[in-house]
Formats: sequence, C-alpha cells, structure tokens
Amino acid sequence: MYSPQIILEAALNGLMTGAVYALIALGLTLIYGVLHIINFAHGALLTCAMFAVWVAWAWLGLDPYLVIVPLVPLMFVLGYGLQRFVIGPASHGDDGNILLVTLGLSIVLENVLLAVFQSDTRTLDTDYSFQVVALGPLLLSYPRVIGLGVAVVVTGLLWLVLNRTDTGKAIRAVAKEKLGANLVGIDVPHVYAVTFGLGCACLAVAAALLMPTFYVNPRIGGAFVLVAFTVVVLGGMGSLPGALLGGLFIGVVESLCGLLLGDSLGQIGIFLIFIAVLLVRPTGLFGAKA
Amino acid sequence: MTARDLIPIVVLAVLAALLPLVVTSSPVMNFLVFTLIVALGAQGWNILGGFGGQFSFGHAAFFGTGAYVTAILQLRYGVNAWAGLLVAMAAGAAVAWTIGFLSFRSGLRGSYFALVTLAFAEVFRILANAASFTGGAAGLLIKLDVHPANLQFADRAVFYWLVLAFVTGVLLLTRWIQRSRFGAQLVAVRENEDAAKALGVDSLKVKLRAIALSGAVTALSGCLYAQYFLYIDAHIAYGSWISVELLLAPIIGGVGTVFGPVVGALTLHGLGELAKQFAGRIPGIDLIVFGSVLVLAVAFARGGILGLLERLRDRGRGMMTRGAKEVSHAGR
Repeated sequence: MYSPQIILEAALNGLMTGAVYALIALGLTLIYGVLHIINFAHGALLTCAMFAVWVAWAWLGLDPYLVIVPLVPLMFVLGYGLQRFVIGPASHGDDGNILLVTLGLSIVLENVLLAVFQSDTRTLDTDYSFQVVALGPLLLSYPRVIGLGVAVVVTGLLWLVLNRTDTGKAIRAVAKEKLGANLVGIDVPHVYAVTFGLGCACLAVAAALLMPTFYVNPRIGGAFVLVAFTVVVLGGMGSLPGALLGGLFIGVVESLCGLLLGDSLGQIGIFLIFIAVLLVRPTGLFGAKA
Repeated sequence: MTARDLIPIVVLAVLAALLPLVVTSSPVMNFLVFTLIVALGAQGWNILGGFGGQFSFGHAAFFGTGAYVTAILQLRYGVNAWAGLLVAMAAGAAVAWTIGFLSFRSGLRGSYFALVTLAFAEVFRILANAASFTGGAAGLLIKLDVHPANLQFADRAVFYWLVLAFVTGVLLLTRWIQRSRFGAQLVAVRENEDAAKALGVDSLKVKLRAIALSGAVTALSGCLYAQYFLYIDAHIAYGSWISVELLLAPIIGGVGTVFGPVVGALTLHGLGELAKQFAGRIPGIDLIVFGSVLVLAVAFARGGILGLLERLRDRGRGMMTRGAKEVSHAGR
C-alpha cells in the first residue's frame, strides 16, 4: 500500500492540476450557461493560446506569466470575432448546427497549428519550472501553487464581472430570457460574442498557467476538452462555482487514479464519472433543473 | 420498395463495379477502398444520426469493436475471418444497443447524447490501449496469409468489389428503412419525439433498433478496415478521427438520405487528395479542408450536397415551367 504522505501529496497535486481544469471549464460553462451551446472548439482554442505563450517565450523571451497581459485581450477579441462572424451566422441558431460548426472550427484550428508548428511536442523552461514550496513535510510544485491561486482569483473576478457590472447584468439577462433581453434593448448577438470572448480569455490565463510545467503540441487540446466537459457536466452546466469545485475534484480523481491504476488508465476515472453523471444526473451537482 | 427505388442503386453499383477494369493503378484502388470503408461506416452513422436524428460523436466505439473483434478472433482463437466478420457485426450491435439503452433510457438527447457517446468511445480507447489481450499500445498485426477464406486477396480489385457489395447492400437496407414503417417511426422520433410518443410510437424501442443496426454496419466497416490494412491499434480503431469521419460524410453528402454518406465520403476524400496534390507536404491540409467544408456546409447547405442539388433541380424546374407559361402566353 501507499503511505498516507504519498496519497496526500498526490491529492494536493491533483487539486492544483484541477485548478487549471477549472479555469478551462469556467470558459466552457460560461459559454454554455449563456449561449446554451457546447463549444467543441474550446480545446483547439486552448491549444492556440498555449502556442501563443510558447511563441512569446521562444521568440520574444517573455515570461509565461507576463504573457497573460497581452494574451487575455487577444483571446477575447478572437473569441468575440469567432462567435460574431463565424459561429453565430453559420449555425442559424440551431443546437445541432452549433455543435457541428464548432467541431469544424476545432478541426481547422488544430490542423492549421499542425501545418505551422508540425507535430513536435514543445516545452519551455523557466527558472521556477522545478521550484518547490515546502508545506510541512509536503513538497509542492511552485508553478502549480501559483496556478491554484490564480484560478481562484479569476473565478472571483469573473463572478464580480457577472454580478456587479452592467455588462454582467446584460449577460445574465440574455442567459435567462433571450427574447425579453432583446425587447428591453440588449444587443443579443453582441452579448453572445462578449460571453464567448470572456470564455476564451479564461483559456489565455489557463494556457499561461499550464505552460511552465506542461508541454504543447497541436493535438493537446483534445486531452483537455473532454476533461473540461466532465468538469462542466459535473458542476452543472452554466454554474461558475460548480466549475471551480468540479475542476478541483476531477483533478484529485485523476491524480489518485493515476497513482493507483498507473498512467495509462489514469484518465479512465474521469470518463466513468462523466458517463455516470450524464446518465444519472445530467443537471450536475450544482446545476439548476433543466 | 418499388423498382424505381432499386434501379438507381443497382445502376450505380454496376457502374462502380466496372471501375477496376478501367483503373488499375494501386494508389487509386487504395484510395477507393479506404473511401468506401469510410462510406460504409458513415452509412451506419446515418441510420441513427440521419434518420433517427441522434447525433453520435462516438461511432468509433462501434468501428473499433468491429476491428478488434475480428482481429482478436483470428489471432487468439484461430476463427475463420468470415465468421469473425459476422461475430464482429453482432458485437458492434451489442455494444451499440448497450450504450443506447443506458443513454436513451436516461433521456439523453442532442448535445448530451453526443457527449456521452464521445466519452464511451474514449473509455474503449483507453481500455484497448492498456489491456494485454488487445495488444496494448503496440496494437495487433493480422498475419498476412492471402487466401479468400482469410478475407485477404492478392488483387486489390477483389477487396474493392467486396466492400462495394457491402456498401450496395446497406444502400438497399437504407432504402428499405426509408420505405418501411420502422423508418417512418424513426423519422417521427427525429422530428418530434413527444409528438411521436403521443401517437403511440415506442420511441425507446425504435431508437434502440436504430442504434443496434447502426452499430452493426459501422462494426462491419471496422472489420473490413482491419482486414484490408491488417493492422490496428487503439488510436486507429477507437480514435476520435474515425468518429469525426463517420459523421462528416453524411452531413456533407446529405444527412438522412440514402446516398448522402457515400456522396459525402467520396467528396471529402476527393477534396482531401486534391488539397494534398496542390499543397504538397503540409501536414493536416486535408483535415483543414474537411473542417472548412463542414462549416461551409452547415452555413450554406443544410441538406448537404444532395440537398443543394435538389434545390438546384427545383429551381431549374421552376424556370422551365415559367418558361413554358411564357411560351404559351406568347402563342395566344
């Protein structure tokens, strides 16, 4: 059997990976909550953001955490444009169509990245990539501790935007009642695009937090997208606190499964939870009744 | 079914069967066989997704099951390949029925059904990649032993005819579904499940029958894939690429139509090859084309290529009748 310390360390490590999952899922759940669409391109957009971080580091010598500053607005604009000019018009407001359009987008994005960067896996190394923080007898990876902190802060910021600003009010109005919001003068396509942009901005932060300890290749998004779906479904589609808690939980599950079942089977726990939640309680643990 | 239903299918099949007499280059034959295998799997997807309106994002679960069952039976148990093919289809139907039973009974539809099928396929992929009797990450190599009894042929044309025969068989099956009571119920469930139920359609039973048929056909295509390329691993058999291929073809060709999946598969792979010819060695260029065509098809041609052709024909007819009226006015 494993000693409690190893298990505890694995659980804490999972918690910190989970924080990044939570950030990715945050964008996905926000988009789902307002637009009621499942964004299949989320993983590919994350890959784009990760490559942007890598390029900024490799070609311009920028620190990955510093890249957050220009990348967040960039990803926001990209997301805004995609929803406003591609996904919105192409899907004619039909759920099945949106699924297909975002799938098509993800295929295009992934393979454009493949054409540009080839299929090599790339990493970046910083002074702090392998630094550790001692917490009593436990050693925690420094970049991951930062990841956890930033994920909590971003969730808080997003909550503030949604609950304390006029834009947030408009977003919530559209999420609740599209037609009514339109009647009182809210520009619904604009709000949709802003929401999509916010979701993509979350990905920019997630990418910057991932890169110091992770790697990137054009297909990496697929590994995250199902995990993010699981988090979203578990936390309840559209629920921000659900996404945060779901992300942390899934991170721990993955880490413990990896420890107990070995690396190749580590992710299976996630998918089984995903299937079980979908079959038993598709509204998730925090979701409103659909 | 009437003769009018059958004639186009038979004529096209005969024309396609004559192709190897004209074309002998082996890259072209390879391309045709692979495209037809994809078309066959896509026909399977179309039964559930096109006629039943249940969009699966995880048909790899059935494709891979067909491929693995056929390979494992031959390698581990020495079962004859043709018998293996039948067992593979049955296994595909069983897996499909089980996944369908679990998800339809929980009332999953639309995006939720898409997600759950995707997750099931991933579970299969991870298991096949880790288990030892599936060959693990190294995959399975079917022994090269060219003999008709082993479903291996010296001449590529023979395999082409075999796949073509199956594709034709499923075309006929699909036409029959379209004309049958079962097909009408399936379409009713697609259009409005609650209304269909109110009219006495047992929607669960209809959907289960559709997914089992769909699983069997897609497993058949997986089995043929394994027999033609003689190698599979978890990423080929259960990878998301095949789930995507199988749904792209019907959507591009014409979802819920008899010929849609075949037209779509030929168009997509034709375009993909063209792109490769023009762009040279850029990796992923064919997939960039696939993705763009998908977005464009959804945006501008909801009924796919066949839908587009139909609209053009209607417009043509409209013009002709208008023209005829004008002529008769002028004559008066």
